[in-house]
Amino acid sequence: MNPNEEKVNIITEEFLENDEDAHVGSKKKNSKVQRQKRMRQPLTTGPMEMVSEKSHPSNPQEPVQEEPETHLLSMTTRRGPRSLPPIPSASRTGFAEFSMRERMREKLQAARSKAESALLQEIPTPRPRRLRSPSEKELETGFGMEPGKEILRIQKEDDPHSRVKFRDSVRKIKSKPPIPPGLPSAEQAYNFFTFNFDPEPEDSEEKPKTKRRDATNQEGEEEREEGAPVQGGDHQTDEEGLLDGKDVDDFLLGLDQAAEDFVAVRPADYESAHARMQMEKEILFIPSRLTVPTYKKLPENVQPRFLEDEGLYIGERPMVLRSNQNIMENRLLTQEPGRRWFGDDGRILALPNPIKPFPSRPPVLTQEQDSKAELETLYKKAVKYVHSNQHMIGSGDPPGNFQLDIDILGLIFTHHPCFSREHVLAAKLAQLYDQYLARCQRNKTKFLTDKLQALRNAVQTGLNPSKPHKSLEVAQRAINEYKSEIRQTRKLRDSEQEKDRTLLKSIIKVWKEIKSLREFQRFMNTPLKLVLRKEKVDQKADEEAYEAEIQMEISELLEEHLEEYEEKMEEFRAAHQQWKSWKKAQKAKKKKKKQAVEEDPNEEAAEPCSKEEPVKPVPPERTDRAVIEQQVRERAAQGRRMPGEPRLVPELSLAGSVTPNDQCPRAEILRREDVKRRSVYVKVLFNNKEVSRTASRQMGADFRVHFGQIFNLQIFNWPESLTLQVYEIVGHSGTTLLAEVFLPIPETTVVTGRAPIEEVEFSSNQHVTLDHEGVGSGVPFSFEADGSNQMTLMTSGKVSNSVAWAIGENGIPLIPPLSQQNIGFRSALKRADAISSVGTSGLTDMKKLAKWAAESKLDPNDPNNAPLMQLISIATSGESYIPDFFRLEQLQQEFNFISDDELNRSKRFRLLHLRSQEVPEFRNYKQIPVYDREIMEKVFQDYEKRLQDRNVIETKDHIGAHRAVVAKYLQQVRESVINRFLIAKHHFLLSDVIVEEDVPNISILGLSLFKLAEQKRPLRPRRKGRKKVTAQNLSDGDIKLLVNIIRAYDIPVRKPTASKSQQPSRSSRTFSEKHAASTATHSPTHSAEPFRQVLVRPFVEVSFQRTICHTTTAEGPNPSWNEELELPFRAPNGDYSTASLQSVKDDVFINIFDEVLYDVLEDDRERGSGIHTRIERHWLGCVKIPFSTIYFQARIDGTFKIDIPPVLLGYSKERNLILERGFDSVRSLSEGSYITLFITIEPQLVPGESIREKFDSQEDEKLLQATEKFQTECNLKFPNRQCLTTVIDISGKTVFITRYLKPLNPPQELLNAYPNNPQATAELMARYVSLIPFLPDTVSFAGICDLWSTSDQFLDLLAGDEEEHAVLLCNYFLSLGKKAWLMMGNAIPEGPTAYVLTWEQSHYLMWNPCSGHFYGQFDTFCPLKSVSCLIGPDNIWFNIQQYDSPLRMNFDVTKPKLWKSFFSRSLPYPGLSSIQPEELIYQRTDKAAAAELQDRIEKILKEKIMDWRPRHLTRWNRYCTSTLRHFLPLLERSQGDVEDDHRAELLKQLGDYRFSGFPLHMPYSEVKPLIEAVYSTGVHNIDVPNVEFALAVYIHPYPQNVLSVWIYVASLIRNR
Amino acid sequence: MAAAVPSVFLLMVNGQVESAQFPEYDDLYCKYCFVYGQDWAPTAGLEEGISQITSKSQDVRRVLVWNFPIDVTFKSTNPYGCPLAFPHLLTLLWPSQGPQIVLSVYGPDVFGNDVVRGYGAVHVPFSPGRHKRTIPMFVPESTSKLQKFTSWFMGRRPEFTDPKVVAQGEGREVTRVRSQGFVTLLFNVVTKDLRKLGYDAGPADTAGALGPSPAGGTLP
Repeated sequence: MNPNEEKVNIITEEFLENDEDAHVGSKKKNSKVQRQKRMRQPLTTGPMEMVSEKSHPSNPQEPVQEEPETHLLSMTTRRGPRSLPPIPSASRTGFAEFSMRERMREKLQAARSKAESALLQEIPTPRPRRLRSPSEKELETGFGMEPGKEILRIQKEDDPHSRVKFRDSVRKIKSKPPIPPGLPSAEQAYNFFTFNFDPEPEDSEEKPKTKRRDATNQEGEEEREEGAPVQGGDHQTDEEGLLDGKDVDDFLLGLDQAAEDFVAVRPADYESAHARMQMEKEILFIPSRLTVPTYKKLPENVQPRFLEDEGLYIGERPMVLRSNQNIMENRLLTQEPGRRWFGDDGRILALPNPIKPFPSRPPVLTQEQDSKAELETLYKKAVKYVHSNQHMIGSGDPPGNFQLDIDILGLIFTHHPCFSREHVLAAKLAQLYDQYLARCQRNKTKFLTDKLQALRNAVQTGLNPSKPHKSLEVAQRAINEYKSEIRQTRKLRDSEQEKDRTLLKSIIKVWKEIKSLREFQRFMNTPLKLVLRKEKVDQKADEEAYEAEIQMEISELLEEHLEEYEEKMEEFRAAHQQWKSWKKAQKAKKKKKKQAVEEDPNEEAAEPCSKEEPVKPVPPERTDRAVIEQQVRERAAQGRRMPGEPRLVPELSLAGSVTPNDQCPRAEILRREDVKRRSVYVKVLFNNKEVSRTASRQMGADFRVHFGQIFNLQIFNWPESLTLQVYEIVGHSGTTLLAEVFLPIPETTVVTGRAPIEEVEFSSNQHVTLDHEGVGSGVPFSFEADGSNQMTLMTSGKVSNSVAWAIGENGIPLIPPLSQQNIGFRSALKRADAISSVGTSGLTDMKKLAKWAAESKLDPNDPNNAPLMQLISIATSGESYIPDFFRLEQLQQEFNFISDDELNRSKRFRLLHLRSQEVPEFRNYKQIPVYDREIMEKVFQDYEKRLQDRNVIETKDHIGAHRAVVAKYLQQVRESVINRFLIAKHHFLLSDVIVEEDVPNISILGLSLFKLAEQKRPLRPRRKGRKKVTAQNLSDGDIKLLVNIIRAYDIPVRKPTASKSQQPSRSSRTFSEKHAASTATHSPTHSAEPFRQVLVRPFVEVSFQRTICHTTTAEGPNPSWNEELELPFRAPNGDYSTASLQSVKDDVFINIFDEVLYDVLEDDRERGSGIHTRIERHWLGCVKIPFSTIYFQARIDGTFKIDIPPVLLGYSKERNLILERGFDSVRSLSEGSYITLFITIEPQLVPGESIREKFDSQEDEKLLQATEKFQTECNLKFPNRQCLTTVIDISGKTVFITRYLKPLNPPQELLNAYPNNPQATAELMARYVSLIPFLPDTVSFAGICDLWSTSDQFLDLLAGDEEEHAVLLCNYFLSLGKKAWLMMGNAIPEGPTAYVLTWEQSHYLMWNPCSGHFYGQFDTFCPLKSVSCLIGPDNIWFNIQQYDSPLRMNFDVTKPKLWKSFFSRSLPYPGLSSIQPEELIYQRTDKAAAAELQDRIEKILKEKIMDWRPRHLTRWNRYCTSTLRHFLPLLERSQGDVEDDHRAELLKQLGDYRFSGFPLHMPYSEVKPLIEAVYSTGVHNIDVPNVEFALAVYIHPYPQNVLSVWIYVASLIRNR
Repeated sequence: MAAAVPSVFLLMVNGQVESAQFPEYDDLYCKYCFVYGQDWAPTAGLEEGISQITSKSQDVRRVLVWNFPIDVTFKSTNPYGCPLAFPHLLTLLWPSQGPQIVLSVYGPDVFGNDVVRGYGAVHVPFSPGRHKRTIPMFVPESTSKLQKFTSWFMGRRPEFTDPKVVAQGEGREVTRVRSQGFVTLLFNVVTKDLRKLGYDAGPADTAGALGPSPAGGTLP
């Protein structure tokens, strides 16, 4: 033991005594202690210490004074209140670091001050001291061992020197006169000196001095010891009051006070060590490293509470050293008495560990290394990350790629169709031999025999009473167990032995068969050879062993039987006993009963047969030894080798030789050839996707295929299945899938190099019969000559392969995250992964998963594991309820002030709801009433009806189910599309909200400058742009439709009423008509007429939304009105939003009438005095312009062809006249009548823009980029020309436009109509297409861009706009072999539209797909006004010519200067597949249905006409009607060019009627437009009293329900 | 009248557009209009108005005083157009809330062009009594520096297509605005039958004609 420690022990003891003592004797004892100390110190410290020691008593503060100086270099610590008694605080423990000497001194001091302070303070609190001392001691010992302490000590040894020196210096100072104020203070001086001095040289210098002083001091030691402390004490008390000021004061005071005695005064300068300690105790705090007891950290009377035990999740705490933790705890406890830093478990509160387990910062480069080498860039191919996390639990799985190595070694067929019989047997033999070998390897028989032996021995020893310490009972039980085991084992062994033997037997049997077969066929196919080796055995020993074995067995069996017998006997006895007692009881009962019967005979009947008589037990029989022996021997003979019989060891070798080909029969050669032709390869399928395949290898003659290929599969997903597909190639004919082999997915522990090679068997069920020696597969064959004993073998085999996980560069297996159970990868792979350890099948097996969770000790409280735990808990508890939802507003119910039911019942809320949903009926509902009762039930009726109608197919207005279905489908598409774009509609652009001037660019600036310079031309007015109005604050009556009717050309003129003079001419006409229209006769009477009377008095009536306006009447066939008509516009439901305006379906009808004045004067006599005329209006034709066109075009300006019925009775075109006037050339151009119009809306409405959303597309990204580029380029050059590259199909996807064009078959019927006339066929096509109803997209898909449907969709829907018509027509033309293009451009009145351009032999033709008309390129009346691009099936050409009017254009698309093509040399046509169907399938239209519809329409129209004439009687001329009905089919056939013929006939039949009527022709879509059209003609307006009407309807059905409707309306007035 | 069972409530607003503070501008006039939902209808008074041009006061306050009267009466069945019972429908911001007054202030710029100096809107208070509202005014910003310059130069500052935009939430995300000044409004609100229909709009409704504060003429 260290002497230091001892001493301390003693000291403390003494000290304690001192403490307890009164302070009287303390001084003495102190001196004693000091002496003792002094005596011992030399042992450790040496003479220097002595020196210092001596000075202590005189001024004991000094050392302490110096401590801080040297160690802490702090000035301030010296000062501070010293008046406090030495409080033994906890901080004392920290002082343990001081050397023992100081401690001594300190204690002394403490004792002293205690003595002093005891006067002031009565309770010295001794207890803590006592408690603390042992701990001090402990620390001391610990510290004493440290080598570092020596240094400390040396340092301290230095202190005395400096002190001594200092004292000297002070002396010097003192001898001097008083210090001037500028001089340094004592401290400063002291510091100065102490720091300057080098301790080493000082040592030598000071030694003599100190020694001298030593000598002097030693004498007065006693004195000083007694005196100095007292003095010091006095001073201290003095100073307490005085010395609080600055150092200088301190010093000066000290000087003053110690004027007489320097040594005694000195203490004034330095605080006593004790005081210093005190101060430090107050200021410094050195926390203990000791563990803080838990009770301190917790509130009073609170047990620590461990949350983890209570099942709450507590994260992992960061790793902090225990001692550091203790220090912190101590610190916290002292610093803040509150315990808020401590948790319930008494530990410091801590968050879960934020520290990553491995550093993420790259390693710091050392300077020496070349930084470039470290930063070397590696090229890595971009890996497409398709991480389908279907089986990757946990979000943060590293997206590494994992690798699975599949080694396919080869494949052996155990059966193959090409097997010869010998092969079959050989395979069987090989199989048996394999079995044999496997059995040999395991050698179960031997094992069991040994076991049996061992057990028997055990029983023997157990029976011997050699081990007395075991209780008998235990031994007995053990023996019983052994015995039963012996029995078991014996049975097992016997069966094994038997199996061995039968296996051997069958091997031999098969081998014999092979041998016989070989002999029979006289050639060998397999090199197999079986050798049976006989092992001689010692006959005698063998026999003995055999016999012993049998004897043993017999005895055992006997014993067994005996036991059994005993048992049974026991049983028997018990039973017997029972039976006896029962017998007795029975007897007693009987006796009783007899008595009972006497008493109550009635009871007896119920009693007797209630209990059965127990059977009398039979005693068991003893077994006979002989019988047992017999049994045993029999069994042995059967299963075991007889004694003395040699042990047979079969050995299979391939030593035999295969008979070469030339010695084999032909069939066998064929077979071998066949085998050679076959080759096999294996496909590797990973998760049902083919990932690779082996090379195909030829099959060997032994039916083995060697591949030896390793496939490294880089995988992302967890493997679900691994499949090998074995394919066989026979010659060049083809491959057949032989079989599929399913490989197990390797365990995560299986890594490359460690994977065993496994053989996986496969078999196929294919049936193969071969015409050679091969036995085939799935075909029965037999070895026997007579064909008996047939067997059927299937192709089968084994694939030897190994599957393993690859190992990465750094030795980490490339396995998707695996469990840490068996592999010690700590960092990245640490996370437990359920799948890798349970296997994929475990995912479905919840029990397994739960087991795994239990085994891997998942923290159930860790939030990371929550879903897994939940899943498991559900699975294991059997609850089927899985909350698969996330509740958003849990508190919603709290806030519901009424229940949802009630809310739904409230009409008011319903109304509000519907309105806010923008349901059309309620969108503009104003002032929803306050109370439910004020809301009419009928408000909802319309809406509900509509909802119902959506589901109910309404057949009333449709031709039947088909139309209804189409209408419904259209409605659904419309709704879905609208829903889809609802959000997009609420998307605003800056320009929607803010009006801002565009920044003028140079050209505009230049233009405006140029305009400034331009001359003003007041006489040339310009049309000023009107301000556009957004449809926000519009209301009814704000919007007006302005129709400016300017003039018309070529209005049909009246024919003079049938007069006798015309009769001959008419006949000649009909005659000439038959030959040629151009050679129409013109009689001289005709030419005279126009000059005699007005030809026609036309006026124009515009009707829109049932508002009718008309112009004044002009005269002549070429009238000029120049009138503006104003019609109010009313939006549906008063909704003037863009969407609603777009969907306005109303048409503007511009009807041209002839005003006819009839003289109705009955009496010629009145002619002189009055005029009685009746005005009649005769409908001549109409122009129909949809409102949507006007809305989108903003204005419509141009000359339109008037739609004049093909037959206009009483009128004729003025062509004859013109002819006469010599306008022949003009005539040929203008076959119709034309009207010039200007239509606009006032104020100008801003049409809604198409959706700016980008649609998803299945087109190639590159192609889409190219289209964008192309479009921007085109728009830059010609902003007015529309460039179309992509369109949106009906499902809302962007599709490249050329995909729509593809030759498609027209209906066969149409092709057959004019087999020899291609032009007529083409026209028929156009007519057919034009008969498909027109429905603008903007109407059906309000507010949404153009949707293009494919031709089959178009034909199914039977509705579409120009594009669909054009596409279909173009496709028909293409299939006819014409060169045809889709032509995008602007036409009147449609605006942007699509035409079809065809190249006939020498000229181009432009087809209007909606009307069926065609125009030559140079037709001035062609409605197509500009052409922007052409679209062919494989390219798009944009018009980059200067002009876009077809008249001035060149349509040769091969000229790159005129047409910019989309696909060019730089971007070749990639061969886009068409989205059109392969073929159009046309349904035959049901003629009966058409006829029915015809009747219905006729009926409806008649009713309508009667309705429209409420004040008049409407008479129907049946005769005329039937005539008309007969005539209509004729019109359909000739497409309306039979006017004169027809007229003649009519006149003939209705000679005395003035007839005015016309046929209307329309495609059929619905009934409503028909009614509208009839109404617009105004036939019903005739109010002549004796007028009669005729109306006939004819529907001509075309394929696919395309119906052409003819309506003939006529009014007849009987001539007087 | 069938006062027992009212089917509408009335909101009578009179007050004035009192004054404005536009530190940088002078000679401004102001327009006001009301934006209200479908369940609201004006029954009396003027829905729109345009004030005189006023110049800044010569004193330290430099206020622009219009004292332009507002007088309008609305009837309604529903204080909110959007049923609050269906909060998820609030996303469809159909402009059908209670009446808001939309103010737009115009004045000449350096070149004498009439340009907009501020837009602002505030809900008409529901509770009866006298209300004073100070609305911060803002104008849309040009989209670019160049635009800003040209718009300044040409005297065509960016404007809202419709001042009523400021009363709506929809489409505001595309705009950027700058604040310009303040307009002070005074409303004197009287309601009728609001409480009878079950709406508690404020403390003073029952008190009826407690102290009809004299409207107008409070400011110089």
